[in-house]
Amino acid sequence: MLVTNLTILVLAGFIGFAVISKIPNTLHTPLMSGTNAIHGIVLLGALLVVGFAGNSAFNKVILVIAIAFGTINIVGGFLVTDRMLEMFKRKPTSTPKDGEPK
Amino acid sequence: MILATSFFHNQNFLRVLYIVAFALFIYGLMGLTGPRTAVRGNRIAAVGMAIAVIATLLQPGEGNWGLIVLGVAIGTAVGIPAARRVRMTAMPQMVALFNGVGGGAVFLIAWAEFRNTGGYQGTALYVAVFSVFAAIVGSISFWGSNIAFGKLQELLPGRPITLGALQQPVNFLLGAIAIGLGVVIVAGSHSELVFVLMLLSAALLGNAVVLPIGGADMPVVISLLNAATGLSAAATGVALNNPALIVAGMIVGASGSILTNLMAVAMNRSIPAIIAGGFGGGGTVAGASGAGAFEGTVRSTSAADVAMQLAYARQVVVVPGYGMAVAQAQHVVRELAKALESRGVEVKYAIHPVAGRMPGHMNVLLAEADVPYEQLKEMDEINPEFARTDVALVIGANDVTNPAAHTNPSSPIYGMPILDVENSHSVVVIKRSMNPGFAGIENELYFKPNTSMLFGDAKSAVADITAELADI
Repeated sequence: MLVTNLTILVLAGFIGFAVISKIPNTLHTPLMSGTNAIHGIVLLGALLVVGFAGNSAFNKVILVIAIAFGTINIVGGFLVTDRMLEMFKRKPTSTPKDGEPK
Repeated sequence: MILATSFFHNQNFLRVLYIVAFALFIYGLMGLTGPRTAVRGNRIAAVGMAIAVIATLLQPGEGNWGLIVLGVAIGTAVGIPAARRVRMTAMPQMVALFNGVGGGAVFLIAWAEFRNTGGYQGTALYVAVFSVFAAIVGSISFWGSNIAFGKLQELLPGRPITLGALQQPVNFLLGAIAIGLGVVIVAGSHSELVFVLMLLSAALLGNAVVLPIGGADMPVVISLLNAATGLSAAATGVALNNPALIVAGMIVGASGSILTNLMAVAMNRSIPAIIAGGFGGGGTVAGASGAGAFEGTVRSTSAADVAMQLAYARQVVVVPGYGMAVAQAQHVVRELAKALESRGVEVKYAIHPVAGRMPGHMNVLLAEADVPYEQLKEMDEINPEFARTDVALVIGANDVTNPAAHTNPSSPIYGMPILDVENSHSVVVIKRSMNPGFAGIENELYFKPNTSMLFGDAKSAVADITAELADI
C-alpha cells in the first residue's frame, strides 16, 4: 500500500509541476483560489474518519469542524474562482459590456 | 436492488471514481492556461470534486450522517456568502484564510485519527509517519495563514513583529520540539498529551514564522502556505490510503512551490531569507540610511498638469501597485484609460510580478475593471518600451520602481528586477505622502528631474485627472 501511495505521490508531484508551469502570470490569483478549492479535498479525509465507529464526543466536535473547513474550501474556493475567471473572460473589445462567451 | 447496492459499494468501482476525480482536477487545471478556457477548467475541477465526495460517501461503513450534514451545512453557509461578497481587492486575505482553513482541517483530522486508533495502535508505521507530518504542517499552515490574514486585513500591524536576534533560535527550537515530539509518537508513544504538545509547538512556530514578515513579502508567504497546506493534504491522503487526496494535495503543493519560487525570484531574495523575516525591520535600516540623502528636490504637480501631459502623449504606461488596491482605484484608472484612448493615446499596464499582496493581484483588479488582458504587460515585455513612453503613471507602486535596485549596492532591494519607469520621458507618481514604502526604503525615483509627484488618495487623484482631461 505504501509503495503504491508513494508512486502516486511522486507522479502527481511531477504532473502538478508540468501543468502549473504553463499557467500565465495573469491567472495566478485565480490559480491560488482554485488550488484553495482543490485542497478542500481534505473533506474526504474528514468524511472517512467520521465514518469510523466509536468516535468520542470530542472527536465528533473536531470532525464536524474539519468537515465545515473542508466544505468552506470547496464551495468558497470554486465559487470565488469562477467569479474571478468570468471577469477575465469578458472581452470589452468586442462588445462594450457583458460580452457573450464566443 | 441488493446487486446494485453492492456494485456501488464495490471497492474497485469507488477507486475508479477517485481516478475519474483526479483526472478531472488535472484536466481542469490545464484549462487555466488561457483566460478563455479557464472558467470551464475551474468548473471541470469542481465536477471532479463532487465525484470524489460522492465516492467517499459511498464507502462501506460510512456513517454518522447527522454530523456530516451538520458540517457540510455550516461550511456551505459560511463559504457561499464569503465567496460572493469578497471584494477583489481583498483576495489576498481570502486566499490566506482559505489556506488556513485547509490546514486546520488537516491537523484536526490527524488528531481525530490519533484518538480513534489510541495513538496509532495496530496501524502500519507509515500511517503514523504521514499522519504526524500532516498534523505538524497543517498546524503551522493554519496558524501562519491566520496571522497572514490578520496582517492583510489590518487586524494586526503590517510591519514585521520580531524577537530580534532571538527570532531564529526560537523558530529553530520550536521546529525541533515539534519534530522531536512527532518522532516520539511515531516511535510508539500513545500519549495524547505528547500529540497536543506537538500541535501546540507547530502552532507557535506558525505564528513565529509569519509575524516577522512584512507586507511586501506577503506574496511569497501566501504562496508558501498554499504549498504547505497542499503537502499536508497529500500526506493525509497517504495515511488514509486515498489516491484522490494524494493527487489533489500534490498538485496544490506543486502549484504553491512554483509560485513561491517565482515570487522569490522576482524579489531577488532567497526563500530562507524571506522566512527569516524582518524586511524593513532592524536589519535593513542600516542599508537604507546608507543610501543617505539624495541630490535634487521633489517636484509636486497638480491634476490639471498631469491631464495636460497625458492628453498630448502618444503612449502612457500605467504602473499599478498595492496603493491602487487599497484605494479601490482600479475602476477610475480604467475610466482614465478609456478617456485617453478616445483621444488616440495608447495605454498599457506594466505589471510587476510582486505588485500587490499576492501573485497576480493586479491582474485580477484590472480584469474586474474590464481592462482587456492584452494591455497587461509583464515586466520583461514592458521594460524595453519605457524609453518610447511619454508618461509613466505610477499609481500606488513604490519599491518595484526604485532605481536603487540597479544602482545602490547598499540598498536592501539591490538586485531586485524592477520596472524601469525612470527611462520614460516623464514620470508621474500618485502617492499619498512622501512616506517611504513598506520596506522603509527611500525611492530615488521621486528625486529624479523627470519625475513629478501628485499627492493624494489614488482614487480621487485619478478621478481628478479624468475630470481635468474632459476640459482640455
